[in-house]
Amino acid sequence: MEVDKKEETASDSSEQVVNPWEVSAKDGGKIDYDKLIDQFGCQRLDESLIDRVHRLTSRQPHVFLRRGVFFAHRDFNEVLDEYERGDKFYLYTGRGPSSEALHLGHLIPFMFTKYLQEAFKVPLVIQLTDDEKCMWKNLSVEESQRLARENAKDIIACGFDVTKTFIFSDFDYVGGAFYKNMVKVAKCVTLNKAMGIFGFSGEDHIGKLSFPPVQAVPSFPSSFPHLFPGNDKLRCLIPCAIDQDPYFRMTRDVAPRLGYSKPALIESSFFPALQAKNGKMSASDPNSAIYVTDTAKDIKNKINRYAFSGGQDSIEKHREIGANLEVDIPVKYLSFFLEDDTELEHIKKEYGEGRMLTGEVKKRLTEVLTEMVERHRMARAAVTDEMVDAFMAVRPLPTMFE
Amino acid sequence: MGFTKDHLLARLQELQIDYSKYEHPPVLTVEEQAKYVSSSEGTLSKNLFLKDKKNRYYIVSAMVDTKVDMKVLSQRLGLGKGGIRMAPEEALTELLQVSLGCVTPFAVINESARDVSLLLDQKFMNQTRCIFHPLSNDVSISLNTSGLDKFLQSIERDPVYVDLEANPVVGKDQPPDLAVYVPSNSVVVPELPNKTASIQTPSKNVSAEKTKPAAASAKPSKPAGNVKSAVENSALLVFKDPEKFVEEILDKTSALLLSEMKVENVEALTETLRKRLAPQFTNLAVMYKNKAYSEGFYAGTHSQPKRPQ
Repeated sequence: MEVDKKEETASDSSEQVVNPWEVSAKDGGKIDYDKLIDQFGCQRLDESLIDRVHRLTSRQPHVFLRRGVFFAHRDFNEVLDEYERGDKFYLYTGRGPSSEALHLGHLIPFMFTKYLQEAFKVPLVIQLTDDEKCMWKNLSVEESQRLARENAKDIIACGFDVTKTFIFSDFDYVGGAFYKNMVKVAKCVTLNKAMGIFGFSGEDHIGKLSFPPVQAVPSFPSSFPHLFPGNDKLRCLIPCAIDQDPYFRMTRDVAPRLGYSKPALIESSFFPALQAKNGKMSASDPNSAIYVTDTAKDIKNKINRYAFSGGQDSIEKHREIGANLEVDIPVKYLSFFLEDDTELEHIKKEYGEGRMLTGEVKKRLTEVLTEMVERHRMARAAVTDEMVDAFMAVRPLPTMFE
Repeated sequence: MGFTKDHLLARLQELQIDYSKYEHPPVLTVEEQAKYVSSSEGTLSKNLFLKDKKNRYYIVSAMVDTKVDMKVLSQRLGLGKGGIRMAPEEALTELLQVSLGCVTPFAVINESARDVSLLLDQKFMNQTRCIFHPLSNDVSISLNTSGLDKFLQSIERDPVYVDLEANPVVGKDQPPDLAVYVPSNSVVVPELPNKTASIQTPSKNVSAEKTKPAAASAKPSKPAGNVKSAVENSALLVFKDPEKFVEEILDKTSALLLSEMKVENVEALTETLRKRLAPQFTNLAVMYKNKAYSEGFYAGTHSQPKRPQ
């Protein structure tokens, strides 16, 4: 059984804080991912697993796997074992629709999930936690529902296949079999346990207390009787950012007691903010992030003005010492989004040894991001309300494993 | 063509509305206007031209000192927190038929502005005279609110005065108090043909305290889904029309071929083509498939599924 540590509260900045509602590094430094893996009790995603994925899917593993963006997991090896034996799985990911403004950091789990869907040919459920945002961000019900639909459009624009994807919003879908599972899960988690895992206190309203089962039960196929009728043993794989781990530790703890398989997880690190302050990109600071609605000009400006550079102060010094690749944001971003491994290595070498200047790196990054954002924008423009309705309709997906 | 200032002034005279006129060089801000029209003549106004996500437009006319909080206003109108923003320049020209720096309650005299909601600062009512532009920013007129009311009634509008600084609770049991002033009709403002449509960027720079509407943002705002410019419409056909779909694929392939011609080895070239184009084309194909499915689904369900307002 996994150990659940109570996460420290924000006032204590001498420890790093990682939970679904707050991410900050220790003493204003970087997030220590090794410590996190230790603390949470999950596994590192190593080379051998990545090779296995390559073999099983007969295609190059996604750039996020190659570059260690998705770096931790729980039971991913078991999922691969079963897949090899012919037992498929389904994917589950989600978004809390708190704002209309989506930035690149938000897209990362979706880009990766899309790759998993294509590579393994498996179905996907996407949960929009409009109820969570209504409660935590104090939005009106209507506003959170509206945001959920708007975000659904950006999600669809990432390229999901409608014949294999079910998108649902909590306000619309909770009920029936889904709710029955929620109650089953809720019965297994005491108030004290919930307070320990999520840091709730006597001041928090009971809505928050009762939310975790909502995010837990999509891991169980019986929550979706229209998709997986009679297939109660179907395994679930959850790609998510590592700050969501607490929800699923709780879920994995409860699953065996309900006679369900534990969901497997594959977890990513945080996408750094442009200015590289500790923590992650924040939707509330427009200059910390590149938005999917930014124009080419905006992207260029933001990269040039705000992207934290590891280059040296003067050209001479730079040519002598080279750039500090550890802190350089443009290189970090390129490692997320530049597909070509060879080119990235080349840039790292030349820049790190002082022969390439920050301006060139930033220019290349601007190109890569602009292309990505343009493509997204184009796809987003093609998403109509009818398409959202289709993705969100409670309907069977007969070809979901093909 | 819209009403000119002379038309308007003539109309005011016909209605026997008492006003004083001040001519001055064109002014774009209240500060500038204040240089030429002193406060003894009346109280200056700031005028905001706003738009919500459903293409409904509003003129908010307030005393310069009145704090207009856009978030609160948006909530009071029942549009949620971020539901309202400055309207773009083309809406100014198309709907109000005035130029930049010239938003004024009098703009509603134009037919094109019939669906624009006009909200006036309650504090105007206590002032002897208030100052507005009569459709042109090289003139200012001061008049009493009773004169303004008479003008509005003459064009069959009810004057609406609102306490703009109030911040009432809006919730389940306290409906938004200004929701009744939301226009029942939305207006589609066609985008100018030489600008490619872009999704409106979050308006980070504009604050409600700006004195004249910042329609200075030249970026066209994308109306909520319905109207797309001719340019964008044809670009989107690629997801619907088989011929355009194939054309796009051949175009991109040829372009890449031509740009990579320097590679002597044809096999390496085909490898590059595959590598570079496969992800792009897969995305294109998935969206094509999604569109086809959605259209079939819609047809199959026969009726419009319920959507939240």
